[in-house]
Amino acid sequence: MSEAILTPIEKKPIGFTAGVLAAAGGFAGLFLGTAQGSGLLGVVIGAALMAALAFVAMEMLGEGLEKSLRWAMIAIGVVAGFLFNGIPGLIMGGLFGWFFGWFIYWVGMGRYRAHLVPYLTPGQVLWHYSFRVICGAIFVFLITPIIVVMPLSFNAEDFFTFTPEMLSFDPAGYSLKHYRDFLTNPEWTNAVKNSLMVAPVATLISVSLGTLAAIGLSQSHVPGKRAIMAILISPMIVPLIISATGMYFFYSKIGLVGTYWGIVLAHAVLGIPFVIITVTATLVGFDRSLTRAAANMGANPVTTFFKVQMPLILPGVISGGLFAFITSFDEVVVVLFIGSAELQTLPWQMFTGLREQISPTILAAATILVAISICLLTSVEILRRRSERLRGMSPG
Amino acid sequence: MRLSKTLLATSALTVAAAGAYAAGHGMADSMTLVSWGGAYQESQQNAYVEPYVAMNEGVSATWDESSAEAVAKLRAMNEAGNITWDLVDVVASDAIRLCDEGLAMEVDHDELLAPAPDGTDASDDFGDLIVSDCFIPQIVYSTTFGYRTDMVPEGADAPSDICSVFDLETYPGKRALEKRPINNMEWALLCDGVAKEDVYDVLETDEGQDQALAKLDTIKDEVIWWSAGADTPQLLADGEIFMGSTYNGRLFSVIEEQDQPVAMMWDAQVFDLDGWIIPEGLPEDRLARVKDFVRFATDTQRLADQAKYISYGPARESSAPLVSTHAELGIEMAPHMPTDPNNAQNTFLYNYEFWADYRDDIDAKFQAWLAQ
Repeated sequence: MSEAILTPIEKKPIGFTAGVLAAAGGFAGLFLGTAQGSGLLGVVIGAALMAALAFVAMEMLGEGLEKSLRWAMIAIGVVAGFLFNGIPGLIMGGLFGWFFGWFIYWVGMGRYRAHLVPYLTPGQVLWHYSFRVICGAIFVFLITPIIVVMPLSFNAEDFFTFTPEMLSFDPAGYSLKHYRDFLTNPEWTNAVKNSLMVAPVATLISVSLGTLAAIGLSQSHVPGKRAIMAILISPMIVPLIISATGMYFFYSKIGLVGTYWGIVLAHAVLGIPFVIITVTATLVGFDRSLTRAAANMGANPVTTFFKVQMPLILPGVISGGLFAFITSFDEVVVVLFIGSAELQTLPWQMFTGLREQISPTILAAATILVAISICLLTSVEILRRRSERLRGMSPG
Repeated sequence: MRLSKTLLATSALTVAAAGAYAAGHGMADSMTLVSWGGAYQESQQNAYVEPYVAMNEGVSATWDESSAEAVAKLRAMNEAGNITWDLVDVVASDAIRLCDEGLAMEVDHDELLAPAPDGTDASDDFGDLIVSDCFIPQIVYSTTFGYRTDMVPEGADAPSDICSVFDLETYPGKRALEKRPINNMEWALLCDGVAKEDVYDVLETDEGQDQALAKLDTIKDEVIWWSAGADTPQLLADGEIFMGSTYNGRLFSVIEEQDQPVAMMWDAQVFDLDGWIIPEGLPEDRLARVKDFVRFATDTQRLADQAKYISYGPARESSAPLVSTHAELGIEMAPHMPTDPNNAQNTFLYNYEFWADYRDDIDAKFQAWLAQ
């Protein structure tokens, strides 16, 4: 919020401030109340409390005492939260107090207008902020299931349950035993090993074949381009279970079921469409005269490919490869058909583990996988930016 | 003392020699065993596989946790002409199906399996539990109820009667029931005034089926339907449900190993059997290895040993007196067995014939009712 003040702000009528605060308080009260057993009571208390506070702050204290009021609200929130719910309540109460202490003045003094252009109608202002709230809500919606898993993986019990000890931040409620199990239990370590043996090889095959196919299909003289493309990306469209059944019967006949190469080939087939699609997309922006120029200078097609074309389509190849890797690393349906007990991959182990014994070791595995994916994606993004900067494709 | 030592040494030598002989005579040295995962598979690993592997050097066993879809997978393997499993742990009803379809090998129980220590033939030792020519019984388990002891309403007694499942007034709260008609229909009729011996006669008729569904309808809003054995323990541990049905071994683990405030309600528990089948069409060397393993894994001592790790009753009569204490907790296992006289005052045995005949019809009706 370091932008210049665009619109002069003024104090809002108390009716407006109290109304907005009552709505916000009611909304917060709905959650707190539901958690404590009565949603309706929470709404009423929250709305009344916030409206009253808004009145006190605006009409009695004024702007001069803003700091003091905010500290007072944090203190009240901390104490009330602690009395209700122990240490988690303390943190939540403090946050609530801090937020509303800020929110009352933000609304009441009309500060929300300060950084917006003056000609916006109230509707547009409302939309400006609701848009941000909606985006935030979507983000929360997407990320919460993943976040929830993480603390649960430190559970000291063998269930997917937030125990009372965990909620009161008692160290006894937490344990690394599921991580220990994941890292020492041969079932899991073998599964990780198998996955790490399968996925890179499958990725290599999909990237080589997929890139070549995409380049070939981007030539203008290939007959039946669309039909070939449709066939190549069909593994992505056909329901996986159908592909898996078909592969199972086909691979059985040629003796590939239950073998390492069987799984690798099956995963390569599933990864190829991703590579084709991403590489085709980058090829659209590729200037064909560059290859002709290279040929003109005496480079043979192979040199041209590696020296000219490949570096330019590399981002597409890398992201295609990343998708192919993740497809192989996450894939469970085909593995259940093609795989064998000796070649259990990580998703297979997670799948059977979840079905037969809901053990938090799965959560430990998931947390580790999420951490690895974040590292992988971050490093790929950093590398991409670096290479773009080196090639001068983007400023800075 | 010395005599017993000599005896032990000789028998160990004989076993080792037999093992060496076997290994040299056309037996495969790896096996893929199929089971259910979890504590149950663990108990098999501890009681059968580890001692067997220790005796037969160079032999390895891999587990595949696919018993839940064993029938479908064996069909596919048979169709593809590529049997990758050597020994499959299935419930009795699946064994009967697989046997009828020719996917499981028929065995001569007396020839394949070891006699009891007193010389009784295997077929007599297992008795009625050999429900199919392909089925090699292993354990007796039961589907029964567990409830949260801390959620029993004040003033009410702890539930001890199957009909408390249907009694929402005394015992409010959610219940977990398996998402299939088997067991649920029987319990519903039992609590709707049908005498135990008439349950299956009533359930044969359309009116009887409707009656059972109508009874289930009274608690439908309060039911969470489970499909994996681990669901009910998780729901109980969460306090999501007041009571729920599941396999008794899972409840044992929740109560004794995980220390959750849960107790058993054994009334009207339904016995079922679990055991091995050998897939039809194994190559000679693998078949020889599997036969050798099965003979060892289903002998009297091994079946009794399994009960150290999980509270399922051994299928051999001669194993029952050998059941001892839990391997880690040290508690007596006998009172936790579904077959213990205190627990088995009112029991059902899974009615294989009835459900073989009526399963498809009643399944369809049940699913339609669920969707309403």
